[in-house]
Amino acid sequence: MRSVSGENLVQLLTPEGTRAAGPYDEWVADIDGARLQGLYEDMVVVRRVDQEATALQRQGELALWPPLLGQEAAQIGSGRALRKDDFVFSSYRENGVAYCRGADYTDMIRVWRGNAPSGWDPYEINMATPQVIIGAQALHATGYAMATKFDGADSVAVAYFGDGATSQGDVNEAMVFAASFQAPVVFFCQNNQWAISEPVTLQAQRDIADRAPGFGIPSVRVDGNDVLGCMAVTREALDRARSGGGPSFIEAVTYRMGPHTTADDPTRYRDPNELEDWKGRDPIDRLAKLLEAEGLLAGDFTDRVNAKADEVAGLLRHGCVTLPEPGELDVFNNVYTTPHPVLERQREHYSRYLASFEAAGGGKR
Amino acid sequence: MSTMTFGRAINTGLRKAMEHDSKVVLIGEDIGKLGGVFRITDELQKDFGAHRVIDAPLAESAILGTAVGMAYRGYRPVCEIQFDGFIYPAFNQIVSQVAKLHYRTQGRVKMPLTIRVPFGGGIGAAEHHSESPEAYFMHTSGLRVISVSNPQDAFAMIQQAIACDDPVLFFEPKRRYHVKGEVDEEVDLASFPLEQARVEIPGDDVTLVAYGALVQLAKDAALAAREEGLSVEVIDLRSLSPLDFATLEASVRKTGRLVITHEAAMTGGLGAEVAASITERCFYHLEHAPVRVTGFDIPYPPAKMEHHHLPDLDRILDGVDRALGRTNSLSDLEGN
Ligand SMILES: Cc1ncc(C[n+]2csc(CCOP(=O)(O)OP(=O)(O)O)c2C)c(N)n1
Repeated sequence: MRSVSGENLVQLLTPEGTRAAGPYDEWVADIDGARLQGLYEDMVVVRRVDQEATALQRQGELALWPPLLGQEAAQIGSGRALRKDDFVFSSYRENGVAYCRGADYTDMIRVWRGNAPSGWDPYEINMATPQVIIGAQALHATGYAMATKFDGADSVAVAYFGDGATSQGDVNEAMVFAASFQAPVVFFCQNNQWAISEPVTLQAQRDIADRAPGFGIPSVRVDGNDVLGCMAVTREALDRARSGGGPSFIEAVTYRMGPHTTADDPTRYRDPNELEDWKGRDPIDRLAKLLEAEGLLAGDFTDRVNAKADEVAGLLRHGCVTLPEPGELDVFNNVYTTPHPVLERQREHYSRYLASFEAAGGGKR
Repeated sequence: MSTMTFGRAINTGLRKAMEHDSKVVLIGEDIGKLGGVFRITDELQKDFGAHRVIDAPLAESAILGTAVGMAYRGYRPVCEIQFDGFIYPAFNQIVSQVAKLHYRTQGRVKMPLTIRVPFGGGIGAAEHHSESPEAYFMHTSGLRVISVSNPQDAFAMIQQAIACDDPVLFFEPKRRYHVKGEVDEEVDLASFPLEQARVEIPGDDVTLVAYGALVQLAKDAALAAREEGLSVEVIDLRSLSPLDFATLEASVRKTGRLVITHEAAMTGGLGAEVAASITERCFYHLEHAPVRVTGFDIPYPPAKMEHHHLPDLDRILDGVDRALGRTNSLSDLEGN
C-alpha cells in the first residue's frame, strides 16, 4: 500500500532532527559535522536560488520557473553522492542537482528567460540539459549506461524524474532495457505527490518503488526530505551499478511545497492542510535541528551560509538581467552540423528582408 | 448572441456536445479539477462527473490508445493533448491506429475521436510548447484536420468535430484563447460543415490564405494593403484536410495570385500542398508563382527569438508584394 512514512521508508534523520539508526548508516559513516554543515549550506543556497528565480519571474525577468521548494534534500542528498564522471539526465526541476554538478547560475535561467535553447554544455558538467518531455530522459540515461558498460568504464548514469513520469511508456521501457542489459543506471524518482494537478494516486495504486522489482530491478523508498537518507540510498545504488550489479530504482518520498511552475495555481486542486502538514517535515529545518543539537549551527557558520546565499542570489540576478539579447539571425544557428542549402537560402532571404527596412530608412511599415 | 473568449467558446461547445450525447467523454491530463492548463474544460468535471471528464495519468500514448478502445465500444472520446509538443508520444496511436481502423476493418469500426491540440507560438513559452505539427497529420490518410480562428467557429466546429464519425484533429491557436468575439449559441450547426473554408475579406488583386492564429494577421495585412491601394482576398482555411479547393480555386481564378502563410516550417508544410495543388488546378490563371510566408525550417526557437521565426504583418505584406511582382525584399534576386 501507498504510504508517506512507515516501515518501508529509509530514514536516517527524523523530522524532529534526530538521527535514526538503520542498516543504511554505513553508507554515510563518513558524514561528520563539517560535512553535515556542507549539506546544510547546499540546501540553503539551493533554496535561495529557487526563491531568487521565482522573484525574477514575478518581476517579469523570467518567463517561467519551476520551483523545487521542498525537494532540496532529495536533490542535494543524491546529487552529492555522485562522482564527477557519473552522468545525470534530469527533468526541468533539478536545479539542486545542477548546482551539485557545478552548473553556472546564469546557465540555469537562460532557457527560462527565453534567450537560448539551453544553458550549460552537458559534457562540461556531465549533466544533460533539462528535459521537458516527461520521462524521455529515462531512456537516454539507460542508453548512456549501456554505452558506459560497452566501454568497460565504471561511471553511472542517473535519471531524475517525477511520480507522474512513471506513467509514461518511456520510463517503463527504460526499465525493460536497463534490466535486460544490466545497465549501470540509477532511476531516481522524486515522488513529490503531484503531477501538476494530479495526485500520485492517479499514477500509481501502490508505492512507485514497488514497480521496479517487476522489471527485475531492485528498489528502495527513502524519506525524500532526509538528506542523509537520500545520500545513503543513492550511494548504495551507485555502488551496485559500479560493481556490475545493474540498475536500481529509488523513490524519494517528498513534497512540492510551491506551485508546479510559476504559471500554476495549486489552490484549485490542493488542500491547504496538506501543505501545512508537509511544512512540518521541511528538509532544511530538520537538518538545522540536528546541527543545533550538536552545536554546529553557531553564529559564524550561519553567517557564512547566509552570506554565500546572498552572493549566489546576487550572481543569479546579475547574470539574468545582463544576459545579452540574442542576435537577429541566431535562430538559424545549430540546426545542422553542416550547411543545409534550403536553410541557408532561408537565412539569406530573412537577412535581405531585415535589410530592406534599413534601406527604407529603418522601422517597419 | 453573447460575447465570449475563444477559450470559453470551446468550453461552451464541449458542454453542449456532452449534453447532447451521453457517449461523449473527455480525457486528458489535468482537465478535471484544474480545468486544463488553459482552463478550457473549466467546471465540466464538476457538472458531468469524473467518469465523463477523465483526468488521465500522465501518458499520451495511453490517452489515445484507450480512446481507441472506448470508440470500439461506441463512445465518442474527446482527447486533450496539453500542448502541441506532447502529441508526439501519442503519434504512433494516432497515425497507426486511429487513422487506419475504419479502413482496416472495411468500415465496420468507427473512430469518432476528437483530438484537441492547443498549438502554435507567440506566447513566449518554453521548449515543446509552441509547435505547429499539423502537417504530420494532414499527411496521414484517414484523419480530418481542422483549425479554427475565432470564437464562433470554435463553438460550432468543436461540436461538428465531435459529431463527425471520422477522427478529427482539432488545432486550437492558443495565442487566441483570450480573444473575445460574438458567439451565437443557437446557430445552426449545419451551416458549419467540417470542410469549408471561408472568405474573410473579399478582394481582387491577390489571394491570401491563412488558418489559426495567422488569420487575424492576414486580415490586418489586407487592411494595411488597402491603404496602399491593394485589394487582398483573405481566406480562412478552417479545414486543413480535406482542403476546400472549390473556395481556393474560385479565389485564385479571380485574383491570379496566391500567398499562403503559416507558422509551421516551410518544407513539406501546408503551404507546399496548397501551392502545388492550386498550380495544378489553376495554372493558366496564375500570374505569378504561389508564395509561401512561413516559419523557418528550424526547431521552434527560444521565446526571445520567436518573433524572428513567426510570420508577422510585414513579412506577410512582403510576400504579397512578391506575388504581385512589386518591389520586395528579394527583388534583386532572380527566381526568388
Ligand atoms: C510528454 C509530456 N506530456 C505532458 C507534459 C506537461 N507537463 C509538464 S510537467 C507535468 C507534470 C509532471 O509531473 P511529475 O512527473 O510528477 O514531475 P514534477 O513536475 O512533479 O516534478 C506535465 C503534465 C510534458 N511536459 N510532457
